[in-house]
Amino acid sequence: MPPKSVADLRVAALISVGKHPSSGRARRADQDARAVEMGLGLAPGGLEVIHAGNPNETVLRDYAGMGLNKLKVIEQSADADVVPALSEYLSDDCPDIVLTGVRAESGESSGMMAYLLGEKLGLPVVTRIAEIRAITDGQAEVLQALPRGQRRAVRVALPFIASVDSAAAPARQSAYGPAMRAELEADSRGIEIKDEVRAGWEENPARKRPKRLKVVKAKTAADRFKAATAKATGDGGTVMRDETPAEKAKAIFDLLVEEGVLR
Amino acid sequence: MSDDIIRRDPRAEWIARNRLHPLHDAMKQAGAAEVRGPSGLIRRNPHAVGFIGPNGIKRIDRLNGNSQAGGSRRAAAKTVDLPLHRVETPDYYIAVVPDLIGGRLTAHDKDVLGQAHQLVSAAGGAGAVLTIVFGDIREDSFDKSGVDRLMQFSGEQFEGYAPEARIAALEHIEKSLAPKFWLFPDSVAAGFELGCRLAARLDERPLTQAWQVGPETTLCRGAGGSSDITRPTQRLLLLAPECANPIDETRHEALAMEAVELGATEGKLSDLGQVAVDPNSVALGEAEFILSAGNGVSNWDNFHRAAELLGATEGGSRVVVDDGHMPRFRQVGASGTWVTARVYVAVGISGAVQHLQGIGQCDKVVAVNTDIGCDMVKRAALSVIDDGDEVLTELMKLVQEYRQLEVTDAA
Repeated sequence: MPPKSVADLRVAALISVGKHPSSGRARRADQDARAVEMGLGLAPGGLEVIHAGNPNETVLRDYAGMGLNKLKVIEQSADADVVPALSEYLSDDCPDIVLTGVRAESGESSGMMAYLLGEKLGLPVVTRIAEIRAITDGQAEVLQALPRGQRRAVRVALPFIASVDSAAAPARQSAYGPAMRAELEADSRGIEIKDEVRAGWEENPARKRPKRLKVVKAKTAADRFKAATAKATGDGGTVMRDETPAEKAKAIFDLLVEEGVLR
Repeated sequence: MSDDIIRRDPRAEWIARNRLHPLHDAMKQAGAAEVRGPSGLIRRNPHAVGFIGPNGIKRIDRLNGNSQAGGSRRAAAKTVDLPLHRVETPDYYIAVVPDLIGGRLTAHDKDVLGQAHQLVSAAGGAGAVLTIVFGDIREDSFDKSGVDRLMQFSGEQFEGYAPEARIAALEHIEKSLAPKFWLFPDSVAAGFELGCRLAARLDERPLTQAWQVGPETTLCRGAGGSSDITRPTQRLLLLAPECANPIDETRHEALAMEAVELGATEGKLSDLGQVAVDPNSVALGEAEFILSAGNGVSNWDNFHRAAELLGATEGGSRVVVDDGHMPRFRQVGASGTWVTARVYVAVGISGAVQHLQGIGQCDKVVAVNTDIGCDMVKRAALSVIDDGDEVLTELMKLVQEYRQLEVTDAA
């Protein structure tokens, strides 16, 4: 449950323009929308949603339709590096929690932004969070999403930067009316630094990656035949036959403990 | 000219014909390779072909020693003679930081090591692949995966979630050894996070989701996997799965390098440990630990209790799902789910081909079965020949004791 006790908590959610995986159309980026959703749950009053880019982008209205009154847009051209502008903006008056997605759906999508901001602002970075459980005495307890559906609790001191995983609560629907009524506040005073390294890159639609072939390195026809037809067999495991059930159970138990799956 | 004249030995021919001659056996043994008939043609004795098998029937090996029994013996011998790749005094290092999930190299890690060796051969000179691991290791084939040097950081500060301590260690290596390349697996596990953190710390621009790395340019996936970016190769690479073929034709030294003692780093993050998740809420395809039931299970309450106590996700074979003991989405196998568990415990499953296909990616398989000859026993790392319900009951007792011991230790 989001903590209700912290009344004056200030949260910033950084949003980007997403890209639909199959149609390729611009959309509300999934993880960024989840970050906004998490921010709305944490501090409905103190949430500031920030975008660095083109203020006339219509997709931003999809975020606004989640019930935001205002969106802050730091004006940047398409070929700009947004990290200096964002770090300058955030360093002026740093919020308690900065939420981003793990990886953008367009552009380089390197996933570096949270770390670069953390390094510039000197804030700790927590990655792939699924939930913020509690905030007490300037310390937040967050749940990290691990592979295989596992979760890990991490304690971090405020202020911090967190990237929101796809395992976080799904974003609410965007409503058209509030989206149209919301105010898009454009700010063109910030610095703008061109990303010159990127200008030298060549970008094409993704080629299909060649599938890795299963090469059988057999010298004789008999070996090749065996490789094609053999059933999966392990390399000779231990077989326990005449022991008592208790001894057999102990052997299984030891294996489970050794593998670290028994918690 | 003299080669064309066939020299006959009438005495030898006479001894060969006369089975009662005292020299007949010795003569047959010596001349088994080639016997000339009266017309000068080579005669083969069909009675001398093959050998008498264990049950007294003559067997003829038409595979010339390539049959299954001989094949496995030869395979065991083959693993020994992989050539050893030796780097005496490295000119430079290529640092690889594997995920090492559960203390073992993943397939992705092995691909990254293969990529490291490709970079060494492209750059030339005596380059060593330095692998940096944190915490405990259970891997025993570092040498066959292409590790020239191994540096292990162990200690309490590197256990669990400790990105700050790990980055401090990597930063130290950067200062002392200055590796030519830093390679990380771009995976959901620790690789991506460590790579990004190190890149931000060293102020390097990493290549993310790189899948075709050349000495000059690299192809990376961008825009959430929907575009390919061709860009110059940089020092720090986060590699996509299957970026290169793993090493399989050489052995490597895997020499341990002394890790420097680093003082405790003052971190802003503290790990509170993993949180218990309802194992049955985890999708079967990505569960880490599966307890699977087959036709040999009769006491279902017992089975469900065991799964709950062990903290394992439940699975089942086709038979039990068809019989209605489990829902369809719990079925493991060709028409169900292909699972990727690290530990798979099969209780009362004999192992149909379709089921064995479904567990093809599992690391450790434990079989509990009454039939010693079944296919699951052949696949398993540990097989227990007994009734499934009895073994599960005993196992539950052990786990309960273990849990109580932990509670008293904590208190």
